[in-house]
Amino acid sequence: MEAYLAHMLIIIGIYAVITMGQNIILGYTGLFGIAQAAFYGIGAYTSAILALKLGLPFWVGLPAGALAAGLFGWLLGLATMRLGGDYFCIATLGFVVIVQQVLLNWEALTRGAFGLPDIPRPSLWGFSFDTRLSYCLLVWVLVAVLGLLMRNVADSRLGRAFMAIRDNETAALGMGINTFLVKVIAVSLGAVYAGVGGVLYAHYTTYIDPSSFSVMETIIVLCMAVLGGMGSISGSILGAAALIFAPELLRLVGVTGSLSIYRQLLYGIILVAAILTRPRGIMGMAEFRFQALFKGGPWIREI
Amino acid sequence: MSEFLQQLVNGITVGSIYALIALGYTMVYGILMFINFAHGEIYMAGAFIGWYLMTQLGLPFLIATPLTVIAVALLGVVIEKIAYRPLRHASRLGPLITAIGVSIFLQNLAAAIFGTDPRPFPLPSFLERNIYEVGGVILDSLQIWIFFLSILIMIGLDLYVNHTRMGKAMRATKINKQVAPLMGINLDTVISLVFAIGSGIAALGGIMVGLYYNSVSPTMGFMPGLVAFTAAVLGGIGNIRGAMIGGMLIGILENLGAGYISSGFKQGIAFFVLIALLLFRQEGIMGKVEREKV
Repeated sequence: MEAYLAHMLIIIGIYAVITMGQNIILGYTGLFGIAQAAFYGIGAYTSAILALKLGLPFWVGLPAGALAAGLFGWLLGLATMRLGGDYFCIATLGFVVIVQQVLLNWEALTRGAFGLPDIPRPSLWGFSFDTRLSYCLLVWVLVAVLGLLMRNVADSRLGRAFMAIRDNETAALGMGINTFLVKVIAVSLGAVYAGVGGVLYAHYTTYIDPSSFSVMETIIVLCMAVLGGMGSISGSILGAAALIFAPELLRLVGVTGSLSIYRQLLYGIILVAAILTRPRGIMGMAEFRFQALFKGGPWIREI
Repeated sequence: MSEFLQQLVNGITVGSIYALIALGYTMVYGILMFINFAHGEIYMAGAFIGWYLMTQLGLPFLIATPLTVIAVALLGVVIEKIAYRPLRHASRLGPLITAIGVSIFLQNLAAAIFGTDPRPFPLPSFLERNIYEVGGVILDSLQIWIFFLSILIMIGLDLYVNHTRMGKAMRATKINKQVAPLMGINLDTVISLVFAIGSGIAALGGIMVGLYYNSVSPTMGFMPGLVAFTAAVLGGIGNIRGAMIGGMLIGILENLGAGYISSGFKQGIAFFVLIALLLFRQEGIMGKVEREKV
């Protein structure tokens, strides 16, 4: 039972990180970019390949994967930023398809559809993160770190620039913000988060293959961001939790049949229902105040 | 030379179908400035409903087809009413997200109901594919039917939009959505009608594909949807004649590319065209360059 719970928490943590990245792009900056699955895949494969072919440890793979993803985010941002909203969205989807195709076909590097097995679990000074519990801790430490980082970004000049662009790009331009640069940074930063998620995923499941990094995957992340609250860190975590638990609940209730089809059906319904009834998601743009646990006061902080 | 003509003929056939689907995209975008991501799934619904009516209910082709068109037109109207209309005045993001949601929903609904395996599509006897050879090029009767039916629909739509009152209402709404109601145009009716027509035509496209490739599957909407969208952009999104031209062109390009470069390249061609368009000429062939006014 604990193993199951730990497993769930690990998956939620991984998706929470990726969703935070999505929120930086979509929630903070208002860019309808949905390429997270591609960046997630790039992070995963980078770390896996470094570990398997060069024997580099997780602690090298993690920043490497994150940076690789960030680099591709930067490039994608540069290439697509002059497109209007609708076209930008399609371009990012196209990028996911392209990356998945490359992962499938560049067999010399990625072994194509056979995937990369036997990715090692991380180890630190002799201690190996073999158990679910230990890995869960690792994941959530990173979630906390990245969450804190995201909050610091939000409160910084860069974060305010993101939100200014979201609220009114022309006004932001008029205020002297280099909107092009800031938007590309947003995509790149979001990609970094996804890359971290990818590395965590690869070293947890110890096997990756291109099928995990599909258009559907990127839409799931979108769902989590929308549901949780576009622009909220706690929302990212909540959205991920909700969407990972929901199909499990379905299964407990006894909904049989191909799980993935019903799960995807659910995602479609959630997307539509969420936007129609509560477009701000569960948390909207508010954050859970951890200080409330210690010092009292309101539980929710509005940005 | 005959190789070239052969690919041309095949390209025109497929292109006609792409054009029909592209019309739905372009009409909706023209009026609402919104890309209906779910349109590919509407086309798939047409194929499946047609398949269902003909194989499970045993209805003859000439009854099943109009019924399918009506059913899918209604589906389009219902989707607009539930998922897009409430968001008409909201931010740009809302309808895009719901469109993706609807697309996923429809695709998986079809998979849940019909299963994920492709099904063969029944061919009525009067459409039996007789093969002709003209100057070294092999044609079959179904290709001719598809081409002429598509042309007929396109001419019909063009006449409707340009020579009827309702068509005028649609054009007016396209020009200025806020002023049109002041002129006595019922916005809801016009929009519903646009969705109905676009969806009905796409349904026909779905049936044609079922007949031509003898196969329907729940995932058949994604790629053709993307290709048809590219066709719409190629022709100038929002421009009905452009969609027709764009569809034909893409069909031809796809087949020429598959024939002369490689068949694996087929899927990539539409993508390639789309990327080129987005980078160099977003307005497409017949579109106008729009300057954003602050």
